[in-house]
Amino acid sequence: MTRNPQLNRHGELQHLLTIDGLPRNILERILDTAAPFTEVAEREVKKLPLLRGKSVFNLFFENSTRTRTTFEIAAKRLSADVINLNIATSSASKGESLLDTVDNLCAMQADMFIVRHASSGAPYLIAQHLAAQKREHIHVINAGDGRHAHPTQGLLDMYTIRHYKGAFNNLSVAIVGDILHSRVARSQIHALTTLGVPDVRVVGPKTLLPADVQRMGVHVFHNMRAGIKDVDVVMMLRLQNERMQGSLLPSGQEFFKFYGLTEEKLALARPDAIVLHPGPMNRGIEIDSAVADGSQAVILPQVTFGIAVRMAVMSMLAAT
Amino acid sequence: MKIHIKNGRVIDPASGRDETADIYIVAGKIVAVGNGPASFHAIRTVDASGLIVCPGLIDLSARLREPGYEYRATLESEMAAAVAGGVTSLACPPDTDPPLDEPGLVEMLKHRARSLNLAHVYPRGALTVGLKGTTLTEMGELADAGCIAFSQSNTNIEDTQVLLRALQYAATFGHAVWLQPSDYHLARGGVAHEGEVATRLGLTGIPVLAETVAIATLLQLVAVTGARLHLPRISSAAGLHLVAQAKRDGLPVSCDISINHLHLCDNDIGYFNANCRMDPPLRSASDRDALSRGLAAGIVDALCSDHTPVDDDAKQLPFGEAESGATGLELLLPLTLAWARRARIPLVQALARVTSDAARIMGIDAGTLAAGVAADICIFDPDEAYRVTRESLRSQGKNTPFLGLEVVGRTRYTLVSGQIVFDRGSRQARPAAARS
Repeated sequence: MTRNPQLNRHGELQHLLTIDGLPRNILERILDTAAPFTEVAEREVKKLPLLRGKSVFNLFFENSTRTRTTFEIAAKRLSADVINLNIATSSASKGESLLDTVDNLCAMQADMFIVRHASSGAPYLIAQHLAAQKREHIHVINAGDGRHAHPTQGLLDMYTIRHYKGAFNNLSVAIVGDILHSRVARSQIHALTTLGVPDVRVVGPKTLLPADVQRMGVHVFHNMRAGIKDVDVVMMLRLQNERMQGSLLPSGQEFFKFYGLTEEKLALARPDAIVLHPGPMNRGIEIDSAVADGSQAVILPQVTFGIAVRMAVMSMLAAT
Repeated sequence: MKIHIKNGRVIDPASGRDETADIYIVAGKIVAVGNGPASFHAIRTVDASGLIVCPGLIDLSARLREPGYEYRATLESEMAAAVAGGVTSLACPPDTDPPLDEPGLVEMLKHRARSLNLAHVYPRGALTVGLKGTTLTEMGELADAGCIAFSQSNTNIEDTQVLLRALQYAATFGHAVWLQPSDYHLARGGVAHEGEVATRLGLTGIPVLAETVAIATLLQLVAVTGARLHLPRISSAAGLHLVAQAKRDGLPVSCDISINHLHLCDNDIGYFNANCRMDPPLRSASDRDALSRGLAAGIVDALCSDHTPVDDDAKQLPFGEAESGATGLELLLPLTLAWARRARIPLVQALARVTSDAARIMGIDAGTLAAGVAADICIFDPDEAYRVTRESLRSQGKNTPFLGLEVVGRTRYTLVSGQIVFDRGSRQARPAAARS
């Protein structure tokens, strides 16, 4: 197997493609770096010069508003020039190939690519292509690829947990819902286990859990009441509309009955438990409005912290 | 032309012979092994000292890409690759464009292959028209045109009633049917073995069940119809277990595996290496090890290259969008030898899986060095080491997960019907370093 493509020869972060395999000290450094950036937003002039003169390309092959916007804000707060490209097609058979697109943008002197793609591994292909072209100075950040990874989401979740809980080494965390199709869940699992959370649980029906998921270091629960009992953190996942009917689930209503987070179920967790959701939420499907708007939800702080975490990642990559 | 191959280590799996001996060839046929005819005046003498002389390799599956995919490979490029790899006979699947479902297409392919005068080509005909799984092809006409078996390549017959009738009809006339076992619905959308690796990488899984459910169905149909069934590309331990049971029950079934599944597993996908995209997918390490044991025991009848030239444009894509398959014709010999070393299998037994056993499955009179048969012979240097690179491959398909690997064992001469169709010349590469 070749070298982990997201680290350079000195073990520093060259790209951010996944949390899987990243050492704990790098994750902690990202969270530490993010902390002062949260204050930038409080200032009258919300700008730092760390990426001045750099061109950041938002390369979105899959539609997204929230993630693209937060990356754009993060880059602009670091004084970068941001170019948004929405190439909402995953089909390589039509038009320009992925690598041709990348070559063209390289010719426009890109410094950083923020990539979202419907196919798992697409950011790796780009990173490997850049390495083969001797363009190591261009950095790639994975903004979500297929079911594989969404590392900045995983990191902002960790930032949120650390903000409210202080440390990781005494926590029980439950991830609930559609684990099978979720890149967010995979990044959360890798981040939690790497940061030393002793009890990571995944909760969902057998149709929405990937094969051998326990090999990723998690405990598997099918019963949500048992799965969130006494946990410190409940991480809900979004259920995509197209999964709600068919052979995976009979209906959104039935999913809510068994796996929707209600106040009654949340009462089984620790009294000071916090509730996270990567957004956008389906109220009444995976989460009840009373919980989403309740005192234990930290869903909006997640969004705010997300900008700081993305600023941290970009500034660290640019310094490599 | 009279040829004398002298002083080689002759390995003939069909007879179990493994000794230094001379081979005498007259008019395309082997006339003697060991003591030559009195007053034999060879036109050409090949000194095989230090080399191994074995039957030309027989590859149960090599895509030549003609007609229809000439941008990927041509008969010229792939037949040159075959003989450079010591392959003298190969069976090609019907998944050309158009598929081999009409006698004229088969005759044209055979004619084109014959005119090149390199390896023998044995087409498999399409079992259903257009490989669509609904209408039976004219199997009698196709067999007359030269098809040795009927298959669906990597496509399925989804309708089990059509499948039953196809097997009944083929059994009526004694045609062999080759069906790669994969349940269409269970495999649908999948791109990698369902397991820990696919889960980590977020790749849609193909469960082992897709193979076992298909095999179980096919075996039930074989038991009723009596059709001769060959199961290409078994990929899992559980699938192999079902085949072994069927063989014990006396069903007329056989199976093969590819060099990829013999040597690789899902871990080799690493960071989304599209060269490891295979159909069926590379399975777990324990599956791979079970296939190796099965091949040694003969439960797996034969080893093939599953040669599939894929152009770079179809491989330089995200893993799930990349096309399946790898080039293999030139790797069949060295990877058979690598397996023999790793699994501590005598060469005579290992080579059987790519010569006499493969010939038996194809139903052709080849794969042996007996007197009286056509002189299809591979002469290789068992000690020559070389690195697999894009430049070292004659095939137009340059994509294989074995790129960069150093392999040991290289063809020096290939004879087809008594003619030297490949001669690598004197040994140029550096000698093998310490061999295990």
